Amino acid sequence: MTIQEIQNDIVDEFSMFDDWMQRYEYMIELGKSLPLIDDQYKTDDNLIKGCQSKVWVHAELDGDRLVFTADSDAIITKGIIAILIRAFSNQKPQDIIDADTDFIDEIGLKEHLSPTRANGLVSMIKQLKLYAVAYQTQLN
Amino acid sequence: MTDRSILTNKFDVDTIRKDFPILNREVNGQPLVYLDNAATSQTPQQVIDVIVDYYHRYNANIHRGVHTLSQEATDAYEVARQKIQKHFNIAHSYEVIFTSGTTHGINLVATGFTSFLKNGDEVIVSAMEHHSNIVPWQMLCERTGAQLKVIPMNLDGELIMEEYHKLLNERTKLVFCNHVSNALGTINPIEEIIDAAHKVDAAVLIDGAQAAAHIKPDLQALDVDFYTVSAHKMCGPTGVGMLYGKEKWLNKLPPYQGGGEMIAEVTFEKTTYADLPHKFEAGTPNICGGIAFGAALDYMNHIGFEAIAQYEEELMQYATKQLLTIEGLRIYGTAKHKTSVISFNIDGAHPYDIGTILDKLGIAVRTGHHCAQPIMDFYKIPGTVRASFSFYNTQEEVDALVKGVKRARNMLL
Repeated sequence: MTIQEIQNDIVDEFSMFDDWMQRYEYMIELGKSLPLIDDQYKTDDNLIKGCQSKVWVHAELDGDRLVFTADSDAIITKGIIAILIRAFSNQKPQDIIDADTDFIDEIGLKEHLSPTRANGLVSMIKQLKLYAVAYQTQLN
Repeated sequence: MTDRSILTNKFDVDTIRKDFPILNREVNGQPLVYLDNAATSQTPQQVIDVIVDYYHRYNANIHRGVHTLSQEATDAYEVARQKIQKHFNIAHSYEVIFTSGTTHGINLVATGFTSFLKNGDEVIVSAMEHHSNIVPWQMLCERTGAQLKVIPMNLDGELIMEEYHKLLNERTKLVFCNHVSNALGTINPIEEIIDAAHKVDAAVLIDGAQAAAHIKPDLQALDVDFYTVSAHKMCGPTGVGMLYGKEKWLNKLPPYQGGGEMIAEVTFEKTTYADLPHKFEAGTPNICGGIAFGAALDYMNHIGFEAIAQYEEELMQYATKQLLTIEGLRIYGTAKHKTSVISFNIDGAHPYDIGTILDKLGIAVRTGHHCAQPIMDFYKIPGTVRASFSFYNTQEEVDALVKGVKRARNMLL
């Protein structure tokens, strides 16, 4: 599936819920299924700056695809990063760089997060894209 | 549901709540349950009216105009100063310095003490200080070469006073402590702290930010050297507060900022400073805020601090008991003397997650380290959920909190 197709799926899933408590419940479930980062990569270098709870992200190439793993000490944050990883992991770095992130606005995630968490979300997206830029350079 | 009669106090909270327009609003489709009073309190209509009246009728700069509006604004501002003087039982109104808040007051004193300290002197802070009562003293120590010593605390969140007495010696020049801990709610034994410090001729600054909404301190009886508060934690507006200093200290301390209002005479060769309190009030102050601060004190005194303290104590006891029925819930700060703050965590759940879900239920609490990271390090936790109460909170709101925390727990674990 392309990044766009996955994002459309996520938007569809979120539109099925009536209220934000249900969406949070869903995010918590997603958080529990997050592909966890190997403990050796839970270093300060892999911490995303700008998040109030701790978020670690690791990226590595599998062939021409970039694979993300992550973890957080807060479960809702894990849910947020799980959504992002679902959209961007196992994709070509160039596709990740080119992908837009409108689905975040479409599911209304940003306005339903506290300002600090919304900032954290922006930092997470930025970090995933930075990894893609770094690995694309390597592939070239 | 719980029996309303559990709160025995004849405190008419329903009538009081009508004074606070914000309490009628909804958040995320739920009635607002505001339990972040330790961060800032809400403002009653009586205080809002004073703010509006100021801008409607007599907004003008003070202490320098010959015209009627300026005179009216000056009078109202000075009446507010007298209200503060009376409320805190301060000997002279010129010992009341208007500030922008507690942090400003602390920095004014910390900066002023730079010239009084030398290498090898010691300053003491408590282990449960807000960052605003740690960082200015660290900066002072860096400037002067003085040593920062810390009064340790026990697991209940009480200062270990034997250790404090051991820290005091002839090199101790200053002691800083909060009256009430913002993160734990502990009421510190400031009488003992002040008396012991004075035996070695050290000056004492008490940060009253968290106490002032719950306790009416008698500053002359305490014999404290400095005491500082913020209006916004006691039904007043943000951006205004007061620093009390004993006359002898205020005369010794150099001005904090230069500017208008704080001078007597200015030539390019020399400036002589104005008398107290204006020496420390450079520039146009928060005039409206100062006047509203006075109105906030009127409002709280009208209800009565004894009644407030008694009601809040019952509410906190009730909330503590109810919260402790939740499996895996741990309260941080179990001092014998505490007020209106319950800091807690649930085993296996991050405080941010609990706070996020409570917000969706319309319940406002604080999560995080509460600007008191050393306390969180002491308990080895990333932060807590903090519910803090005011006299306008109700037993029903406590029930909503408990129900909300239970729901969050079920979702998160």
